[in-house]
Amino acid sequence: MTLKRILTAGICLAGLLPLVAQAAPDRAALMQKHKGGTLKLTGSAAAGTIDPMINYELKFWQLYAFTYDGLVTFKKVAGKDSNTVVADLAEAMPTISDGGKTYVFKLRTGVKFSNGQEVTGKDVVASFQRLFKVSNPNAGSWFNGIIGADKCLKDAASCTLNGGVVADDAAHTVTVHLTDPDSEFLYKLSTPFGTILPADTVGKDLGTSPAPTTGPYMFASYDPNKALIMKRNPYFKEFSVDAQPAGYPDEIDFSFGLQDEAEVTAVLNGQYDWMFDEKPLDRLSELGSKYAKQVHVHPLLAYYYMPLNVNLAPFNNLKARQAVAYGVDRNAIVKLFGGQNLGAPLCQQLPVGMPGYEPYCPFTKNPGSGKWTAPDLAKAKELVKESGTAGQKVTVISSDKVVERSIGEYLASLLRTIGYDAQAKAISSNIQFTYIQNTNNKVQASLTDWYQDYPAPSDFLYVLFGCESFHPGADDSINIAGWCDKKVDADMKQALATAVTDPEAAAGQWAQVDKEITDAVPAVALFQPKYVDLIGKRVGNYVWSDQIHMLFSQAWVK
Amino acid sequence: MSDAVLPAAAPSAVPAGGVAPRPAAGPWQTAARKLRQDRPAMVALLVLVLIVVACALAPAYARYASREDPFASNVDGSITLDGQSVPVLQAETAGLGLGLTPIGPTWHGQYFLGADSQGRDVMERLLYGGRTSLLIATVATVICLVLAGVVGLVAGFAGGVVDAVLSRLLDVLWAFPIYLLAISLSIVLINTTIQIGPISITSGSLALPMLIIGLVYVPYVARPVRGQVLALNRTDFVLAARALGVPPWRILVRDIFPNVTTTLIVFVPLMMALNMLTESALSFLSIGVQPPNASWGTIIEDGQSLIYTRPLVAIAPGLCIVATVLALNVLGDGVRDALDPRAKLRVS
Repeated sequence: MTLKRILTAGICLAGLLPLVAQAAPDRAALMQKHKGGTLKLTGSAAAGTIDPMINYELKFWQLYAFTYDGLVTFKKVAGKDSNTVVADLAEAMPTISDGGKTYVFKLRTGVKFSNGQEVTGKDVVASFQRLFKVSNPNAGSWFNGIIGADKCLKDAASCTLNGGVVADDAAHTVTVHLTDPDSEFLYKLSTPFGTILPADTVGKDLGTSPAPTTGPYMFASYDPNKALIMKRNPYFKEFSVDAQPAGYPDEIDFSFGLQDEAEVTAVLNGQYDWMFDEKPLDRLSELGSKYAKQVHVHPLLAYYYMPLNVNLAPFNNLKARQAVAYGVDRNAIVKLFGGQNLGAPLCQQLPVGMPGYEPYCPFTKNPGSGKWTAPDLAKAKELVKESGTAGQKVTVISSDKVVERSIGEYLASLLRTIGYDAQAKAISSNIQFTYIQNTNNKVQASLTDWYQDYPAPSDFLYVLFGCESFHPGADDSINIAGWCDKKVDADMKQALATAVTDPEAAAGQWAQVDKEITDAVPAVALFQPKYVDLIGKRVGNYVWSDQIHMLFSQAWVK
Repeated sequence: MSDAVLPAAAPSAVPAGGVAPRPAAGPWQTAARKLRQDRPAMVALLVLVLIVVACALAPAYARYASREDPFASNVDGSITLDGQSVPVLQAETAGLGLGLTPIGPTWHGQYFLGADSQGRDVMERLLYGGRTSLLIATVATVICLVLAGVVGLVAGFAGGVVDAVLSRLLDVLWAFPIYLLAISLSIVLINTTIQIGPISITSGSLALPMLIIGLVYVPYVARPVRGQVLALNRTDFVLAARALGVPPWRILVRDIFPNVTTTLIVFVPLMMALNMLTESALSFLSIGVQPPNASWGTIIEDGQSLIYTRPLVAIAPGLCIVATVLALNVLGDGVRDALDPRAKLRVS
């Protein structure tokens, strides 16, 4: 850095100091004023295991954000900045060397678990090992690049990650060695799967017995039929406002058992401060008009799509798939979802706002603008005829949730319109997602959605359409269409490699991949949803993070 | 239940040189006359006939009044009301502008009872749904009564090991949870077909709820039939027939079966009512009638998500089910009274 730059930076920092000084007391004053009380949350059901290394549900990920910590985490602020990764239990962002294959984290000192034990390098190593011991859902796809992971995947019980994760107690560091550079490794560590637990935590699913936490709250009790109670962690001291700010409420209670209609009424009546479940369609008008002050609508990096099985008739024919893409009235589907203020038509596989997104829509009336304008039913019918698949039987599998069942019925109705003998079948939402993945079930077409785990295009394109995501006969074959194009797969791997050194160039490559996949139509993109949050009247300081959603610890009820 | 012998009245004596007296009314005529005199039963019958005729006219209603396809989504559709074009699904414009509400009752030919969440005409689907519900209830009743009649007759008449085996089979069937069976079958059949001889049953087939419902209620009818056959086995006319060396099958067909028919007839309206309720429950759970087909149960399911803004979508089919089931039950009571000779004693 030149002397001039150092001086400029110094002047800027000096200018910022009064602001920082002013901001700090503000936060302290707010804490003084609003600290205390119980934030009451409600949901129809619990989300299964409390184990942060196993649970893969938003419902509990929102809670892990203020209970558990990893080496790094997503910044706990509102807006776009919430996609930024910051140091958490690590003192600073890691030093990356060896061409992106070695990460050195220096641990903070003095951070304690809620049982009073101090966080050490031993805990970090044990936590990485535990990912494999408890068969973390993404152990084989996210963490398989750690040296020694291949052995852990084969024999989890004796997993050591020898040479892959190394703690140096004297230097207070942990070093992670990868077999290949991974541009998304820090994103992966920022999710709850990167949680650091005490080294003596059992190497099996915790079930309903929570492990000690490092965040401002700890789990006091968990009864999946009743409630999950979170109280202040007596050993917590705020070590980073960005990573883990102290919370306002003294207690956060998440009760289970009410159905969505009852949840809305309970929140409007002030019995609860927030509800988890989707807001019932017949209450949206009322909520958006009479209770607009209690409603928050946020765009999501997510999309609803219709995978078409490219290995089964009739969608093993490109023209048949294109016909569906042309025929779908995305506006009608948005209406079924709740209207144009709750979703936007989408024609490609990357949602708006994702790095690499470039407007592209070949399957619309009057293409060229990159945006979807209207369905082209004439073209769709013509393509069905040309494909020679007209009249074939097609079943569209959706979940039995009200909105999804409704969209499934619409899609079947569309398929009948363009020439197929189609019917919709709604099956329990508990099994639908795994059912449509398993090729043994011979699902021709289905409806599902995908929400980002972290803000990277690979989380959509590579995960959903990569050859490695297709596992015939298995329930975890997330490439539901069974589409594997060697050329596109190579392009995706190239983009992943480019991202290590040049994220901007990689975004351009992902845009190209997005177009290639959209053209091949292994899935018809339908729309990008928005999220509706309903909060109680007394709740203040509502903060929305793109990654975590509502930050409960930052809401106050006093 | 009747244990009297209904067949052939004794031949009447003709007085010498006189006019033959009017022959005494047979048991069936007597029963029909008694049924006609039963006002609640007649009102119930009238309600049933009205419902059946209305449902039978569904295609005519769709063609001349509604002019909509009852099975196709019409999310982007609009209709002209009082000279103005009105969208079938109306977007909320106040506040944050969230949600859409289907058009309410127009009390016109089109969308008389309003639209459902797919923008379809509720009245039209109600009539088509009624056809499906009535059809399933009727066919399931026939399946149930035929099977129950055969099993009850054979078990009661044969006795011994045959009776023991059939009775235990009925116990197993009786204990089987109908909804679990329906859920399992509906999942298995999503992309496969069951072939029973020339009949193939696919997931969307109406034959599936018909068969399931018809089968699970067999014990409900077979048990009383078996009991009655056991009692008939000890009656004088059956013992006399046996003593005369009449073959067992002939005793079963000529002497026992005719006495069991009244029981089966009494069960017809009652089983139809029960079957209709079961079909509605299965369809409400998405495991009975499958879209785009409609039944009253599926329409209630559709209306469940609109209960706050358009309650009529769920209430209208609910009322239809209540009216039909009530009418069937009242009619069933009337038929039972009409066919029960002891009822005559009570009346007289």
